[in-house]
Amino acid sequence: MAIVTATGSGPARPTVRRRRAWVAVLLRAASLPRGRFGLGVVGFIVAIAVLGPFLAPHSATASIVSPFALPSRGALLGGDELGRDVLSRVLGGGWVLLAMAAAATALGVVIGSASGVAAAYLRGRWDTVIMRTVDVVLAFPQLVFALLLVSILGPTVWLTVLAVGFSHAPQVARVMRSAALDVSERDFVKAVELLGVRRRKIMAKEILPNLISPLMVETGLRMTYSIVIIAGLSFLGFGQAPPAPNWGTMINENRIGLVLNPWGVIVPAALIALLTIGVNTWTDAVARVAIGIDREAETATLLELPAVGGER
Amino acid sequence: MSAPSAGQPGARQPSAGPPEDAARDVLVDVDGLRVRLAGSTVDVVDDVSFQVCSGELMGLVGESGSGKTTVALALLGHARRGLEVAAGTVLVGGTDMVTATKQQLRRLRGAEVAYVPQDPASALNPALRIGTQLIEVLRAHPEAVAAKGLGDPRARVAQTLEEAGLGGVPGLLKAYPHQLSGGQQQRVALAMAFALRPSVIVLDEPTTGLDVTTQRLVLDTVRSLCQAYGVAAVFVSHDLAVVGGLVNRLTVMYAGKVVERGPTGLVFGAPAHPYTRKLLRAVPSPERSEVLEGIDGQPPPPARRPRGCEFAPRCPLVMPACSEGPVPVVHLPGEHLVRCLRTELTVRPEENRAPGPSAQPGAAHDALLRVWGLSARYGPTEVLSNVELSVGRNECVAVVGESGSGKTTLARCLVGLHGSWSGEVRFGGEVMARTAYRRARRDLQAMQFIFQNPYTSLNPRTTIGGIVEMPLLHFFPSLGRSEREERVSQVLQDVALGPDFWSRYPDQLSGGERQRVAIARALVVSPDLLVCDEITSSLDVSVQATIVELLRRLQAERQLSLLFVTHNLALVRSIAQSVVVLSKGRVVESGPVARIFEQPEDPYTVSLMEDVPKLPRGEPDARFLAT
Repeated sequence: MAIVTATGSGPARPTVRRRRAWVAVLLRAASLPRGRFGLGVVGFIVAIAVLGPFLAPHSATASIVSPFALPSRGALLGGDELGRDVLSRVLGGGWVLLAMAAAATALGVVIGSASGVAAAYLRGRWDTVIMRTVDVVLAFPQLVFALLLVSILGPTVWLTVLAVGFSHAPQVARVMRSAALDVSERDFVKAVELLGVRRRKIMAKEILPNLISPLMVETGLRMTYSIVIIAGLSFLGFGQAPPAPNWGTMINENRIGLVLNPWGVIVPAALIALLTIGVNTWTDAVARVAIGIDREAETATLLELPAVGGER
Repeated sequence: MSAPSAGQPGARQPSAGPPEDAARDVLVDVDGLRVRLAGSTVDVVDDVSFQVCSGELMGLVGESGSGKTTVALALLGHARRGLEVAAGTVLVGGTDMVTATKQQLRRLRGAEVAYVPQDPASALNPALRIGTQLIEVLRAHPEAVAAKGLGDPRARVAQTLEEAGLGGVPGLLKAYPHQLSGGQQQRVALAMAFALRPSVIVLDEPTTGLDVTTQRLVLDTVRSLCQAYGVAAVFVSHDLAVVGGLVNRLTVMYAGKVVERGPTGLVFGAPAHPYTRKLLRAVPSPERSEVLEGIDGQPPPPARRPRGCEFAPRCPLVMPACSEGPVPVVHLPGEHLVRCLRTELTVRPEENRAPGPSAQPGAAHDALLRVWGLSARYGPTEVLSNVELSVGRNECVAVVGESGSGKTTLARCLVGLHGSWSGEVRFGGEVMARTAYRRARRDLQAMQFIFQNPYTSLNPRTTIGGIVEMPLLHFFPSLGRSEREERVSQVLQDVALGPDFWSRYPDQLSGGERQRVAIARALVVSPDLLVCDEITSSLDVSVQATIVELLRRLQAERQLSLLFVTHNLALVRSIAQSVVVLSKGRVVESGPVARIFEQPEDPYTVSLMEDVPKLPRGEPDARFLAT
């Protein structure tokens, strides 16, 4: 990793290199077999979800065959409960799910890590208030909590995203707080405090960059949960309004016709499963690299070898 | 080519040991040991040979990365993860530890060859009582207990604690490790090592984390135990001053090779390898103020060692032949070996170091920092009471004391890191608020703090340029980019780091380089006062000398005032103009350096002075051999 190229001429712009730590982790993860597999699977599903709407042979809401018709020339995966083309609904029903999962994950990770880092760094009253709130929220199972919010606020897309995002936040906060506790105690944080730098800036510029590894792992993990929960909510009827295609909703709609045309259930279910497996495998690769990078530095100091051979 | 008159072979006779004769058993015999990174041809340690007889103490000395710990662990038949023994034999009491089976190793470790780790706090199990841990050692080796007639384990535990100087401590067996002081913990580790009366003992920098007084106690214990039971001891250290007063023989390692080996008197009195000579010149002396000489550069890592002499790139006496091929070992009179081509130059005795600047008493009337009646507490315990001191402009004041004396707390109170204190601190005439957040920007900028440990004081995710630039951005936001960059590269140059350090990250730097970055970060905003908290304690002696010289130069160039907190009294002599001696949170004595060192008045200062390990320099006479 990070081999120093001697910059003989003038000082290099430090801003260019600041990204390297996490880019290096991602690149290294992508080179592992499991990382490649995960990325490939995720790429495949994302391609279906993003390109699908443009490739669909029919409208996702038009009835073109009889309900639960078996696959035929006109409808390659058969028809659904209202005689709509299953293939077209599969192709058109992915991007919303993906976008919702990504938005919910981003929301959960941002809120969770902000409150986790704040609790760890500010300590005292902040810590108590934030972490007790987290405890209360964590007392509910995540799906039940999301259901509760959605059933109170109504099943619109944005409310679902908010509900799932908020339900992630306490779990992310827990993980990030414990990681940040260790970093906050280190001397480089104290060194900046001695300059009188504002606390918010210390958290953002000094502490957060040292939490990249847990942050990336946590993001991947929460993405998996988001997919499952949002698909689950759609299955339970708390997703998009009915005529819109959605993988989760499709499983619910078509399960009564399972024996007539199984593809209406199998294909969306398989895609959700593949997506989850892909994200999970990729996260696993990132986690391994993230830990591995930390370990490598550790062994180098253990061995008393200043800057172990550059080729490793 | 002849050795200087002083230091005949007889000189290695230990003070109270058995008389010199041929009948002494060779207990450790290392021959041609080579350890490499597993699965490669990169040698970490190569061609290491030495012998240690019963009752003898051998010092194994070198900088970080010299491979001394690797050799020490090979004596126990252990190679750290990623390393393997590639060649050579390590005979301990007649058994080759390299080829020994796991069963043999289990039988030998603890019973025949014991290990005392560097950090007893992490070597003792925090969840078990001391008594339990000691009994465990004896229970693990019932056959050794029987063979050596050590009797009942409980009685033996009491006896071994007695031997380690812990006999009178009440309730020790029932105590947990955290309830003991660092020195007590280290003596428990010694007791554990000596519990089975091993014939060989390996001590891996056992006093590095201890202050001088505790260090003295531990060293005395080691010496008396080794001599009483005829143990062969290998003492690993990077500090020549510590080793000098203790061991009979010295083996100096550099970049995985033995560069010099011989009786202590000869190695100190007539060092024949340029590296040894350089190391000796880096050790500060409490007897006079001198210009310390560090060794520029750092030891090459295993994969990048040069073909010929490993020291050639840093050697002042280097000639073309040095880099051409392996350097043979030269035998000097008196069992003194050296791996150098230029022994005809190095056998000459050396000149003394240049004297340091004469200490001028601080101008108290023009004090930059004045402290009155400072008392500080950690929770309910008072760690400082009624401390007074003053630092004049362009003066360096050293604060010395044992661990637990409150010296670090004092530094932290002054800069505003520790908030619960009372008293008055005036800096440049202004009264200082307790914490940094309540102080004026100008005061924060004018007083800078340098942390003890450069491994934690730099943000690992920020480049060196970014780290040094940060205070500038904060204090001078109006500064243009080009001027900011100019200032940063100027200050990096001042601390002898080239422009290519700009874009590096802290983990690509050695400890000494990191500490320079920390100094640069403090200097970039042109402070008036630098508060340095034991800034050299985690560095090698050779690096320490470079850092101290750097600070001294910067102090003169930039008219800086320094508050230098340290437990190393010898260092104080070389850098400070006045000293404040702290003991148990109180100032017991303060005054100009020369006065305190030459006529200490307080009994505590006197004992502190006596405990400082002194390097026997250039005069291998009976004075230090009789210690």
